[in-house]
Amino acid sequence: MSIRSNAASVVFEGVSKIYAGTVRAVDNISLKVEPGELVTLLGPSGCGKTTTLRMIAGLERATEGRILIGGEDVTGLSATDRDVSMVFQSYALFPHMTVMENVAYGLESARAPKAEVAEKARGGLDLVGLSGYGDRFPSELSGGQQQRVAVARALVLEPQVLLFDEPLSNLDARLRRRVRDEIRDIQTKLGLTVVYVTHDQEEALAVSDRIIVMNNAVIAQIGTPRELYDSPADAFVADFIGEANLIPCEVVGVSGGRAEVRAGPLSRDFDARGLSPGPARIAVRPGRISLAAHGTPGSIPAALIKQTYVGSRMEYQVATDLGEIFVTSEDVGAGFDVGAEVGLILAATGPVLVAIAPGGST
Amino acid sequence: MDRTARLWLLIGVAGFCLLPWYTLEDGFWDFSWLFDGYPFDTDYAPGPFLLIQGEKFWLWPLLPLLLVPLATRWRAKSNPAFGWILIVAGGAGFFWLLAQGFAIGLRGWQFEYLELVFGPLGNRQFGMGYGAILVALSFLFALTQGLAARGAVNGDVFVVSSVGFVVALVGLFILYPIVQVLVSAVQDDAGDYAFQLFAEKMTERKIWGLGCLTGPINCGVAWNSLFLAVSVGGLTTLLGLVFALAVTRAGIKSTKLLRALTVLPIITPPFVIGLSIILLFGLSGTVTTTVAEVFGLQPSRWIYGLPGILIAQLLSFTPIAFLVLIGVVEGVSPSLEEAAQTLRADQWRTFRTISLPLMRPGIANAFLLGFIESMADFGNPLVLGGNYDVLSTEIFFAIVGAQNDQGRAAVLAIVLLAFTLGAFYAQRRWLGRKSYTTMTGKGDAGLHPTLPGGLKWAVFGVAGVWTLFTVVVYGMIVYGSFVDVWGLNNTLTFKHYITAFSVGVTEHGIHWSGAAWDSFWTTIEIAAISAPLTAAIGLVTAYLLVRQNFAGKRMFEFGTMLSFAIPGTVIGVSYILAFNVPPFELTGTGAILVLSFIFRNMPVGVRAGIASMAQLDRSLDEASLTLGANTWRTFRKVILPLLRPAILAALVYSFVRAMTAISAVIFLVSAEYDMATSYIIGRVENNDYGLAIAYSTVLIIVMLGAVALLQFLVSERRIGRRDTAGTAVLAGGG
Repeated sequence: MSIRSNAASVVFEGVSKIYAGTVRAVDNISLKVEPGELVTLLGPSGCGKTTTLRMIAGLERATEGRILIGGEDVTGLSATDRDVSMVFQSYALFPHMTVMENVAYGLESARAPKAEVAEKARGGLDLVGLSGYGDRFPSELSGGQQQRVAVARALVLEPQVLLFDEPLSNLDARLRRRVRDEIRDIQTKLGLTVVYVTHDQEEALAVSDRIIVMNNAVIAQIGTPRELYDSPADAFVADFIGEANLIPCEVVGVSGGRAEVRAGPLSRDFDARGLSPGPARIAVRPGRISLAAHGTPGSIPAALIKQTYVGSRMEYQVATDLGEIFVTSEDVGAGFDVGAEVGLILAATGPVLVAIAPGGST
Repeated sequence: MDRTARLWLLIGVAGFCLLPWYTLEDGFWDFSWLFDGYPFDTDYAPGPFLLIQGEKFWLWPLLPLLLVPLATRWRAKSNPAFGWILIVAGGAGFFWLLAQGFAIGLRGWQFEYLELVFGPLGNRQFGMGYGAILVALSFLFALTQGLAARGAVNGDVFVVSSVGFVVALVGLFILYPIVQVLVSAVQDDAGDYAFQLFAEKMTERKIWGLGCLTGPINCGVAWNSLFLAVSVGGLTTLLGLVFALAVTRAGIKSTKLLRALTVLPIITPPFVIGLSIILLFGLSGTVTTTVAEVFGLQPSRWIYGLPGILIAQLLSFTPIAFLVLIGVVEGVSPSLEEAAQTLRADQWRTFRTISLPLMRPGIANAFLLGFIESMADFGNPLVLGGNYDVLSTEIFFAIVGAQNDQGRAAVLAIVLLAFTLGAFYAQRRWLGRKSYTTMTGKGDAGLHPTLPGGLKWAVFGVAGVWTLFTVVVYGMIVYGSFVDVWGLNNTLTFKHYITAFSVGVTEHGIHWSGAAWDSFWTTIEIAAISAPLTAAIGLVTAYLLVRQNFAGKRMFEFGTMLSFAIPGTVIGVSYILAFNVPPFELTGTGAILVLSFIFRNMPVGVRAGIASMAQLDRSLDEASLTLGANTWRTFRKVILPLLRPAILAALVYSFVRAMTAISAVIFLVSAEYDMATSYIIGRVENNDYGLAIAYSTVLIIVMLGAVALLQFLVSERRIGRRDTAGTAVLAGGG
């Protein structure tokens, strides 16, 4: 019996989680995960992403708002009564049960007929490439294998939604990429709805259909990996997804969707992205800036204060009137001296205008 | 209506309709009533058979209340009415059951004003029996299911019901008896409230007098107890610290022997050390007679009184202080001490400025434990007290002596309780938050520095002498059991063992002809019944405390750990006061012994459970829940199997503690249910030391066997580190 998918949507309507009456771990968020989609919750630690995940699982109750899974209101249901399963950071394999017993546990909880339990559990182990390991105990498996048992255990229940809580953080760097790809393969093959939590932006970009970036208990931006990278909504997202220089600037006028922007000596127009005149930031990836001779027209004057050779590229730290700026260059042969006066040129595409992050922390 | 609700409804109805409502005279396990007039004889009749005969009309309201939960059949669980129906039916039923029980007793109305309002009642009732118990449970669980349906603890029926059940038990078997003590303290012999009399009793000279400071009169018992407890607390802490330092920082290799010595107080009946002290220092003791011969002195009875009690309690409780302090001393991170040494502090300065201050909370903790233990100790003062009266024994004599003054016993119990609860409260509030345990478990390698030279030799000396003393004391017990009459006829003999434990073979099989067999088997039976119950209740409580959040959790925790601070004598008095008359008639039964053990030893089970549950990753529970298992299944399938070592430990320790208990037991034994310890005390009072010691030796061997079996089973499971946690849990005796 093969594992099927019962993929369903997940909807949050104005959900908050308040601890001890005052601490808002999650503050009034609304989101929708489409059936069959892999959505990542991404953010720094303490941003509320794990709490959000646990509210989908039913391990935490929403203080305010409604949670719907497959169109049905599950806000008041406990984890036991929700058709959701979860893969834990620590895997949480039951150490006193064999691999097979672990995988069969959920099916037995649902009082499935014995034959079906055995068959499905075997199917689950096949799916993650661990057939033949059923009689071992979790302690006899490697970290990667334990991880796959945890996935199989969650999959055999054919849940409406499958949750992953930082599933790769206990694996070594080389294994991560492989397990990541395996998870993505299974998800696309079965068409599962997956909500995935991580604080690693590279991991998020690699596995996700869409990413929900969270910061300070609220959603900062929702979008595909490319949208987030190329047009971050605000300074926080720009800096968190990849690295970005945030150059302070002034929007002096907006017309026809274009904004006239001034940043020190630089004057240029950008896609306005809904901003109105006033202070803003230009977000530029380090690779989208190049160093040129001092005084090159259209360049920002700067002084090179540090350069580091890291093999595949050069990293430069420069000081300007607009603050310190970080630049990388593929051209490892260019000879600049520390202390030299240089000019910075922003690439034609890449730099985007962003609002100052809410809260103004960046 | 789900399966659980249906089940409890059925149990309630069955209990009401089929089982005898009232306590049976012949005891809990006697079933002769089935053939003796059941179901119409009013002594044995179930509720409906009483009602149709026109008896006990006040039971009528229970019937409809039992059936009300049926109304939830046609409602969804999410419907508010579902929850409210159960809450009202369960709550009202439970309340009515208790109210009628307390209002109507053996002589009709229990309270005068009820008689004034309703007129005299030509009817009476006995204590609650099987039927009433099941009906009460049915009401209780209807109430908790209702609360769960209304969203308490995330709507988790198992958790709400467990909390409700434990609260009901703690209320009935810990709080209610204590309240009874308070009430009877302010009543006179006729049962009227007499606050002036209470004030007189409370302040009388025999309790608070300070005559010993100025003249030859004895001081009050409260001062005696306090002085003794402070001395014992201080000295056991000092000795415990010496042993802990010796094991961790003085380079002693034979730590196994020292750790083995810590098991001794667990398996030693409480008065055994006192007996051994008498064999050594009593009027005809070995040391006394030797000294008298060598120096030509007149043997004296100096050991009876403060010196004797002090020595015996030090021997008994030092291992407990050691167990507490070894954790503290080992808990100081070596890297801190190494850091101090790299900062140019020498050994002595490191010890004085870093190690010792970091141990301070543990030292205070050990002191308070020693204080509570000494206050609660009953066996040693009873055997060695002489004229030095302490609270725990005074309480006993107020009840059983010629005085038979329950009011005085209650007053003394209040004073004793105030001391122990004060220490308990200080320990939890003041020390609970202050912990300098600096080990993080990660990357904390390094070695504890050895002690500075002079201190090291002092520690060696004290530890060595004390160990030797302990070995001699225990040696005396074994040796003494073979001596005919100590001091008079020192020939070796088996006669004590033969008197106590002879076995004859007759045509009817084995005949247990020894004098001790009765109490021995009763003890084994009662201990064997109470051990699993204690372990079960302790582990469920630990689970609730570690894994669940609910309103009033702190109070819940305090209530469940409270009995640790209630001296056994107080429990004994309070059980007599509370369970002698309806609605709960238990005195004279085996059940009251079992119950007193369960609730006295409950903190042991709770602590064992908490200690090992804290090592289980919470995500295991959560994984089980997200896989569709409910809390009950999670508890059963995931938590219990992983706690097997803790369960074993709790089982063995509650068994052993039930065998060594004396202080509460001595109030609660009856001719039919005599326990080993109270039998031995009886022998001691008849100056039959040989038999008492022989019996004690047998008990020690039985318990040693139990503990060894536990060690074997636990080490089989290769979880070596946890058994020390299990032992540390035991700090609490009497």
